[in-house]
Amino acid sequence: MSDITSQVQFGIFTVSDITQDPTTGHTPSEAERIRATLTIAKHAEEVGLDVFALGEHHNPPFWSSSPTTTLAYIAAQTERLILSTATTLITTNDPVKIAEDFAMLQHVSGGRTDLMLGRGNTGPVYPWFGKDIRQGLPLAIENYALLHKLWREDVVDWEGKFRTPLQGFTATPRPLDGVAPFVWHGSIRTPEIAEQAAYYGDGFFANNIFWPAEHYQRLIGLYRQRYAHYGHGTPEQAIVGIGGQAFLAKNSQDAVTQFRPYFDNAPVYGHGPSLEDFSQMTPLTVGSPQQVIDRYAGMRDLYGDFQRQLFLMDHAGLPLKTVLEQLDILGGEVVPVLRKELAKNRPAEVPDAPTHAGLVRKAYGDGPAREARPRANRGDNLSGPSPYDDTPAPAGAAFGLAGGAR
Amino acid sequence: MTARRIAVVSAGLSNPSSTRMLADRMAAATLAALAERGIEASVDTIELRDLAHEITDNLLTGFAPPALERAVNAVVSADAVIAVTPIFSTSYSGLFKSFIDVLDPDALTGTPVLIGANAGTARHSLAIDYAIRPLFAYLHAEAVSTGVFAASSDWGSHADDVAPLSARVERGAKELAEAVARREPVTAVDPFDPAQYLGEGRSFGHLLGGLAGE
Repeated sequence: MSDITSQVQFGIFTVSDITQDPTTGHTPSEAERIRATLTIAKHAEEVGLDVFALGEHHNPPFWSSSPTTTLAYIAAQTERLILSTATTLITTNDPVKIAEDFAMLQHVSGGRTDLMLGRGNTGPVYPWFGKDIRQGLPLAIENYALLHKLWREDVVDWEGKFRTPLQGFTATPRPLDGVAPFVWHGSIRTPEIAEQAAYYGDGFFANNIFWPAEHYQRLIGLYRQRYAHYGHGTPEQAIVGIGGQAFLAKNSQDAVTQFRPYFDNAPVYGHGPSLEDFSQMTPLTVGSPQQVIDRYAGMRDLYGDFQRQLFLMDHAGLPLKTVLEQLDILGGEVVPVLRKELAKNRPAEVPDAPTHAGLVRKAYGDGPAREARPRANRGDNLSGPSPYDDTPAPAGAAFGLAGGAR
Repeated sequence: MTARRIAVVSAGLSNPSSTRMLADRMAAATLAALAERGIEASVDTIELRDLAHEITDNLLTGFAPPALERAVNAVVSADAVIAVTPIFSTSYSGLFKSFIDVLDPDALTGTPVLIGANAGTARHSLAIDYAIRPLFAYLHAEAVSTGVFAASSDWGSHADDVAPLSARVERGAKELAEAVARREPVTAVDPFDPAQYLGEGRSFGHLLGGLAGE
């Protein structure tokens, strides 16, 4: 049986909203909120969490337009934390740039990188980047097909509907150790995205925040079934991540009193259902550590054994000090118990959470990993062998020596 | 033979409501017209006033609370819909439109609809044709050609005695019953069935188009 700390990764995800604190009227500046987020990320590692994931937005009141820049800084300030996204826009970003940015992040973070792909969060983001929202799904499908290829094949010839063609293109740097970053596909309603995750044998992430659990249950159930259909393993072996949202205090009534003004004025659900109704209908849990433990230990009954649990802890104008206290309780009192709870009766065939080391092991066994070394005097990718002189030679064709000559 | 299900949406705000009275008459007449054709049917009546808060919450959060979700499911899975709204400020009520807005835009495609409306005087009767009918045309629903308008006077002494309300209700009900009779019973469609979103017998490779050679 594997170590319980590698079975399920716990972490936080943030949408990077800059929201007025409704209790004080204070709206942080961009600089203030960005610095606060860096502090939050570092504190996530300090309290024993495994993952920090950051959203991508291109409009105020959000600040996170360039996630890999931010994540690279956090990588330099931390040692264990896995840096991820929530989500990276696969529709409006150029897949070539995503391939390059995240390979870079892999290298500078020593492999502590994965990413979550999503389609979009505001209608105008499509036209701002020259895209049509009605093509959201076809863009997600085609762009990911290219991204997947760019990380696995050294030399790519490509022609699709949406992007200018590529002839003999090599995305640099090559992924660390010749292993592509692990990819989660996020969706809250689209079965085709669950299908896409299953087709590639990638992870599927359900945000599990804003809607009732049944919505996510259907998508996760579908993903598991299709994961098996495409021959990647049993449904139970599919790689599932879920979100969540909690606000904690020793005494549950204090948690409710403290969080209510933030809830009532929050973007997305504020001025809508009551905190009580919303907590009943969605996984939001406001209460004592034991209440949060009970609710989230029960998620496996809804979704099956999963690999990643991220919490939204810092939105709606919560001040930095409160967020750090929340992380202390989450990391100190909740997550250690959840790790134990989720380890109970976890079948041996359920995979551990994905890590770079795990992917390297899967690709090479105990053998040495790829070290991509450009050949001298390249410039001609169209004929001849790979532009890389690998040491050692990779096993099999898994690393896409498109030139075929080895 | 499978029993059909008729969903009645009533958007009146008062209780008791003349919108609901009209809706009930239209439903009863439709059941009778279906029975004449040997078709068994049941009616689910959705009183939007009872769901007003849930409808607003859905507009804000993007998901339907349980009671509203049941109502939405009853409407989108029905064999026919009877939609009745008061006329406010020359059009359907805001509550009626908000309910329509929380439905999936494709949810009523091909569904037979009988439109009903009521207002204080008959001067508002054309609202059915310039306001409500285009809404259902946009949704690709198939509204029958008769719309039933009831003015306050239709319930009392100054009623139209040449084309009385009961005759207009029966005419609309007959058209709706014929539309139902022409169709196969609606069967539940699971949007999470791969045959639905990929097409029967197809794989993700087909979504990739030429990219995967399928």
